[in-house]
Amino acid sequence: MGSQGGFGQSKEFLDLVKSIGEARSKAEEDRIVLHEIETLKRRITEPDIPKRKMKEYIIRLVYIEMLGHDASFGYIHAVKMTHDDSLLLKRTGYLAVTLFLNEDHDLIILIVNTIQKDLKSDNYLVVCAALNAVCKLINEETIPAVLPQVVDLLGHSKETVRKKAVMALHRFYQRSPSSVTHLVSNFRKRLCDNDPGVMGATLCPLFDLITIDVNSYKDLVISFVNILKQVAERRLPKSYDYHQMPAPFIQIKLLKILALLGSGDKQATENMYTVVGDIMRKCDTSSNIGNAVLYECICCVSSVHPNPKLLEAAADAISKFLKSDSHNLKYMGIDGLGRLIKISPEIAEQHQLAVIDCLEDPDDTLKRKTFELLYKMTKSSNVEVIVDRMIGYMISINDNHYKTEIASRCIELAEQFAPSNHWFIQTMNKVFEHAGDLVNIKVAHNLMRLIAEGFGEDDDTADSQLRSSAVESYLRIIGEPKLPSAFLQVICWVLGEYGTTDGKYSASYITGKLCDVAEAHSSDDIVKAYAVTALMKIYAFEIAAGRKVDVLSECQSLIEELSASHSTDLQQRAYELQAVISLDAHAVESIMPSDASCEDIEIDKNVSFLNNYVQQSLEKGAQPYIPENERSGIVNISNFRNEDQHETSTHALRFEAYDLPKPSVPSRIPPATLASSTELVPVPEPSYPREIHQAASVSSVSDTGPSELKLRLDGVQKKWGRPTYSSSAPSTSDSKSQRPVNVLTQPDGVGSINSKARDVSYDSRRPQVEVSPEKQKLAASLFGGTSKTEKRPSSTNHKVSKTSSHATDKSHVTEGVALSSEIAAKKTTPVQPPPDLLDLGEPAVTSSAPSVDPFKQLEGLLDPSQDTSVRNYSADGATKTPDIMSLYSDMYTSGLISNVPNPVSTDRDEFNLTSGLSDASDRITLGGNTDMHSTQISNKGSNPKESLDKDALVRQMGVTPSTQNPNLFRDLLS
Amino acid sequence: MGIRFVLMVNKQGQTRLAQYYEYLTLEERRALEGEIVRKCLARTEQQCSFVEHRNYKIVYRRYASLFFLVGVDNDENELAILEFIHLLVETMDRHFGNVCELDIMFHLEKAHFMLEEMVMNGCIVETSKSNILAPIQLMDKAS
Repeated sequence: MGSQGGFGQSKEFLDLVKSIGEARSKAEEDRIVLHEIETLKRRITEPDIPKRKMKEYIIRLVYIEMLGHDASFGYIHAVKMTHDDSLLLKRTGYLAVTLFLNEDHDLIILIVNTIQKDLKSDNYLVVCAALNAVCKLINEETIPAVLPQVVDLLGHSKETVRKKAVMALHRFYQRSPSSVTHLVSNFRKRLCDNDPGVMGATLCPLFDLITIDVNSYKDLVISFVNILKQVAERRLPKSYDYHQMPAPFIQIKLLKILALLGSGDKQATENMYTVVGDIMRKCDTSSNIGNAVLYECICCVSSVHPNPKLLEAAADAISKFLKSDSHNLKYMGIDGLGRLIKISPEIAEQHQLAVIDCLEDPDDTLKRKTFELLYKMTKSSNVEVIVDRMIGYMISINDNHYKTEIASRCIELAEQFAPSNHWFIQTMNKVFEHAGDLVNIKVAHNLMRLIAEGFGEDDDTADSQLRSSAVESYLRIIGEPKLPSAFLQVICWVLGEYGTTDGKYSASYITGKLCDVAEAHSSDDIVKAYAVTALMKIYAFEIAAGRKVDVLSECQSLIEELSASHSTDLQQRAYELQAVISLDAHAVESIMPSDASCEDIEIDKNVSFLNNYVQQSLEKGAQPYIPENERSGIVNISNFRNEDQHETSTHALRFEAYDLPKPSVPSRIPPATLASSTELVPVPEPSYPREIHQAASVSSVSDTGPSELKLRLDGVQKKWGRPTYSSSAPSTSDSKSQRPVNVLTQPDGVGSINSKARDVSYDSRRPQVEVSPEKQKLAASLFGGTSKTEKRPSSTNHKVSKTSSHATDKSHVTEGVALSSEIAAKKTTPVQPPPDLLDLGEPAVTSSAPSVDPFKQLEGLLDPSQDTSVRNYSADGATKTPDIMSLYSDMYTSGLISNVPNPVSTDRDEFNLTSGLSDASDRITLGGNTDMHSTQISNKGSNPKESLDKDALVRQMGVTPSTQNPNLFRDLLS
Repeated sequence: MGIRFVLMVNKQGQTRLAQYYEYLTLEERRALEGEIVRKCLARTEQQCSFVEHRNYKIVYRRYASLFFLVGVDNDENELAILEFIHLLVETMDRHFGNVCELDIMFHLEKAHFMLEEMVMNGCIVETSKSNILAPIQLMDKAS
């Protein structure tokens, strides 16, 4: 005690601390702190504050921030205090600054200078204070400012300075590994420091370095083993002892390092056996710290090349842990067991009872740990009971974070080890019912795909049984209130695709159910969209089967309601549904084939089917297509732009209302530029300076007419467009250029173009879906882990075989290869800016200018999209691909937009093109998923980091105990 | 990284010391402290001294009215962290002599200095009590 209210502390400070200490509630504490803030704001700016007083103020600021209030008004005073000559004040100043500021704060720049000065101080305690600050405040940019001094200090005569300099270098390494790569050898040197404190600290950076690159440090194995031996033999100063253990924290760090170095390396491990064995024997198991070292030995033994003797010792230690009354030790025991069963699975058997006890324990932490163990032990023989328990636990907890995790584990296990289709569907239903909004939407898509593809058995009856049982269970569940959106999407999709397949349920029954869903979830546009598309499928199948379609009155009203929806997506779907119903059986069959969600669509990359069209256009006087890199006349365009800009900038401020968008351009512009303005403006230049031009683009609405509408949308999407085509296009007169299109589209069989357009657009969508890193991960977790799966891998094979039976299709693997070779080829061609979804509208726009082949352009668009998206995929998992629903809606929007700027072209042409696009997108859900095979195949097994991540994720889990299940251990452990 | 934060909280849930080794905004700290304190304070003596919270594992230990909470990465040795807490308490005990909540409150900066000596960059760097306390005693003498 004694030191309470020691010298130098004012009564004011003592009172403040006391009142905070006596505060009975958070509200009272807040009142005190707010009052304190007011006082300090006044006081701290007073002139001539004595230094001691100032230090007290700074500590009071620390209190304010610690209790959750903002003390930024005083930061500058803390910064000033770091300049002080007095060591205590300086260190207090540094402390406050490190507590207040993060490394990117503006004030840091004011401190760097002080730090530099202090690092040169003669007083080693000042140097230490500065090094402490370096570890907290120096960011990547400021590292060079202090790096030379820190390196010098590595050789300082005081061991505590050397220790802190090592840690400062460690911090630089953490912040920016590249800035200190040439200095890494210093860590090796410091490992041999005379002072055990410096050596102990050096283990921290070395551990990080070895984690990243084991092989470069194999030569240190002997050194580490020797150090560990010396530590264990009590060669270190007594002051490092803790509860009669010699330097246990250093031992633990060394054991961690040895575990890394010995992993999968027999030779390196052989050096370790003796010392690790000695430590395990000598460990004092009556103290916590002894057990901590023992646990670390278990981790080490289970990581390095296995040694029977050590494994036996580890198993003994684990059984001691598990038999202990202490929950902490049981926890460590379960964890150790989880590590050891990877090497010797049989040891789990002797601990059955202990494991079950832990599973039944009311302590959540212990339960979760046990679930983690079970997760690692899951086999097809025990999956049912384990997943059943997991779901029970999942339902019982409220914590969304864990719920999500355990749900995803259930799904993972179910997908890996499902003993039967029926069980799988039931399990997924339960998971979705209770955690549907928490699980990744990709899981839902995956489930759809699984139902569509079947489980991979070759006989189709099993697959159709699976579908029937899914349909049946969904029809049972569908009426329940409060189903999660993701689950409803699955239900709608499955009912749409397979609801009437087996003939058990009539179309009107299924459609009625679907309408109920849409009505019951009127606020969920995504579910409604799924429901409407499902309705369309049901009707389409009915029509294709030659049956008469009776649209229920409730469906009719739903469709009518949705065709006036605010959501353009829903509108589009509603109109499409109406359009499909009115078609004849033959047409419906070709646009909506039954059970075709797994089919691949053949793509004619050369758009050869349009050769006739091109030929005819050319004959009618259209300009031939000029490849982009051969085009000239960009200068003309920019000239034109300048004119345009100049003209509009003269009247930047307009007070009259803007004109309504008109199809034709006002006559204010001379006819020569007239044509070009309609054609060029919709496609902004890549170098277009948006900031400068903003006023101009707004004011030029009337000049360029409807195309401006598009421009502004582009701005919203932050899109710079792609390079426009040659100015030779504008030279053809507007009226002349339109005619051929009209002529052509009318007599031509719309159907064929339509379906081809669908293929092409399908292709353009696909890569975007394909690259989603999350999906890849999901796919990897679904199909990865070949070592322990019995069923999964066959599904992949099955898919390949299924596609290869499709005469025209390439197998997925080769497709993937083809794709990547294409990328390589693409890289040599001029880089086009990544097209966003709006670009899909453009081909429709350009179709009014036949001088440039619209479909060639479309093709040009497709390739870069593949290019960029695939590059995204390979880059990393950070890029987030839009989910499928947003693709839908964006797509439709773009379809609609394409109507706007091009009112001149024939309506019919437009409509068909858009609906072609949407047809394709109806299939995207599946198309995207099936394509994951190709990426997944190339990905599988080559991603240790991913599996590490997964493992880390896996380490957090728990369980709920219900009643004792007598069959449990047999299932779990046999 | 290892240690993410060290917190001292009394049994009313009031923060007595907070040191973070990764930057969190004031709001994030407030929310995190609220959540984990609620979680840890609700546990009984018999239960594990470890609690999983989001992507942290929290190792905690109670001394009279004061809880010591240490947030660590998932691959950290929990028992060792538990003993690290005890080492910190022993060190403070040696300095203050039978340390109590008020000692820490009145000498907040000293408690921080000790922690600064023991943990850097989220790693335990010093475990010798005499080494930890030496600079603090020198400063006391100098002032």
